[in-house]
Amino acid sequence: MPQPTTDIAIQTDRLTRSFGSLVAVKELNMTVRSGEIFGLLGPNGAGKTTTIKMLTTMLPPSSGVATVAGHSILGDSIGVRKRIGYVSQMISADGALTGFENLLLFARIYGVPRNERKQRIDEALAFMGLTEARDKLVRTYSGGMIRRLEIALSMLHRPEVLFLDEPTIGLDPAARLQVWKRLKELLETFGTTILLTTHDMEEAEELCDRIAIMKEGVIAAEGSAEELKRRAGTGSMNQVFIHFAGEFSDSKPNFRDINRARRTAKRLG
Amino acid sequence: MRAIPTGNLDYFSFLAPGILAQSVLFIAIFYGINVIWEKDLGILQKLLASPAPRSALVFGKAVSAGMRAIAQAAIVYLMALVAGVDLNWSPLALGGVLVAIVLGAALFSTFSLMIACLVRSRERFMGIGQVMTMPLFFASNAIYPISIMPTWLKIVAHINPLSYQVDLLRALMVVGGTSTFGIGIDFLMLTGMLVALIVVTSKLYPTIVQ
Ligand SMILES: Nc1ncnc2c1ncn2[C@@H]1O[C@H](COP(=O)(O)OP(=O)(O)O)[C@@H](O)[C@H]1O
Ligand SMILES: [Mg+2]
Repeated sequence: MPQPTTDIAIQTDRLTRSFGSLVAVKELNMTVRSGEIFGLLGPNGAGKTTTIKMLTTMLPPSSGVATVAGHSILGDSIGVRKRIGYVSQMISADGALTGFENLLLFARIYGVPRNERKQRIDEALAFMGLTEARDKLVRTYSGGMIRRLEIALSMLHRPEVLFLDEPTIGLDPAARLQVWKRLKELLETFGTTILLTTHDMEEAEELCDRIAIMKEGVIAAEGSAEELKRRAGTGSMNQVFIHFAGEFSDSKPNFRDINRARRTAKRLG
Repeated sequence: MRAIPTGNLDYFSFLAPGILAQSVLFIAIFYGINVIWEKDLGILQKLLASPAPRSALVFGKAVSAGMRAIAQAAIVYLMALVAGVDLNWSPLALGGVLVAIVLGAALFSTFSLMIACLVRSRERFMGIGQVMTMPLFFASNAIYPISIMPTWLKIVAHINPLSYQVDLLRALMVVGGTSTFGIGIDFLMLTGMLVALIVVTSKLYPTIVQ
C-alpha cells in the first residue's frame, strides 16, 4: 500500500451547507490526493453538486472550510479559481460559434497569453479528438463532442484540479467511452487531479481511483471500487451502491434535478 | 388648465430627451433576463468558476448594454429630426449625449442585473420588470418638470437616476435646452449611482447560481 502522500489536492474540514432547514452537505471531511480521479457518488439530492459549488467558490459554505490546490476557498477564492477547471452538469458551449471560437473566448477569460492561445487551443482540440470539427459550428456537434469540447474548454489554462459534474449524463455508451478515454489521457499527460460526480456505478469503477458514496449530505462509505465491493460483500458495483446508499435512497424525488437531467439529455440529442 | 412650464422650449422639444431616456430605460431594464438565461444554460457557472473578478463580469455587462443603447439613440435622433425638433449638433453636445446614454443604459442594466440576482427566475423577473418601468418613468422629470410635482413625488424624482439622465439630455440634446440640477451634478449622480450598483451587484452576482 502506498503511503498517503502529503500532496493533497482537495481537503475539506467539516464543510457544511444548509438551505433553510435542509442540510444539503453535512460536516463533510474529504481528502483528494494530487493526481487521482476521485468519484463522488450518490443518488439525486445527495449533495454532490452543492459540494462542487462550494469547492469551486460559487457557493459559500454555511460552516467549515476547504482548501483546493493549496488555496482556501474562503480566504483566497481567486487563487482557487485560477487553479481549477469546471464542467457543470449543464452543457453550455455556444452553439452559434465554432469549437475554435468557443475555446478562444475562454482562453481570453483565463488570461492565456495571446501568443500561446492558438497553440493551446489546437492542442486542446487534438487532445479531445476534435481537430476535424475545429471550424464547425458547435450546434452541429454530437452530444459526446460537445462534452469533450467542454472538457477542452476547462483545461485550456492547465488547471491543477478539474471538477466534472455528471460528465457523461445523457451520453450513449460509445460517446461515454470516448469521454472516459480522454479523461484518463488528461490525467496521464498533465497529472490533473479530477473530482467527478456521477450516479453511474460503471463509470465510477472504470475511472475512479477512489470513490466516496454520498447520501443525504454525508459520506456513507469511501475507498477504491475493490475495497467497497469487499466491504459490501458483493461483486457488483450496483449492489455496492444499494448497500451504502440504500434501496430507496431516491425517496425525495427532486423535480428540479430530474428536469435538468432531462433537459440536458434532450439538448445532447 | 395650467400650462406646463417647459422653459423656453416647445413641449415636443421638452419631451424629446425624455423619450430618448425612456427608450433606453425600457430596453436596459430587461437586460437582467439575459443573465438568468446564461444561468439556465450553465454559461454563467463557467464564468463564475473562472478567475475573472465578479466586478469585471458585471461591468462587462454594463458596457455591452451601453453600446447597444447607442443604436437606439440614433433611431430616436432620426425621429426627432423628422418631427422638426431643433437638435443641437455641436460635437461637444453630441459627445455629452453619447456619454449620458451609455451611462444611463449601464446604470439601468446593472439595476436590472441586481433584480435578476434577487429573483433568479425568468417568470418572476418579467413580472417585476413590467412593474418597475412605469414608476421609474413617471416619478421622473421625463414628461413634466419636477417643479410642478407634489412634494413626495419631488423627493422620489430626486432619488430617481432617470431624472439626472433626462436633465442632462435636456441640456445637451436640443438647442436652447437647459439643465435644472447642473450638468456636473448630473454626471456625478449618474456615475456615483452606477458605481454603487456595480459594487452591490458584484457581491450578489454569485448568488444567482446558488
Ligand atoms: N439553491 C438551493 N435552494 C434550496 N435547496 C437546494 C438548493 N440547491 C440544492 N438544494 C437541495 O440540496 C440537496 C442537495 O442538492 P444537490 O447538491 O444538487 O444534489 P445532487 O447534485 O447530489 O443531486 C437537494 O435536496 C436539493 O434540493
Ligand atoms: Mg447534481
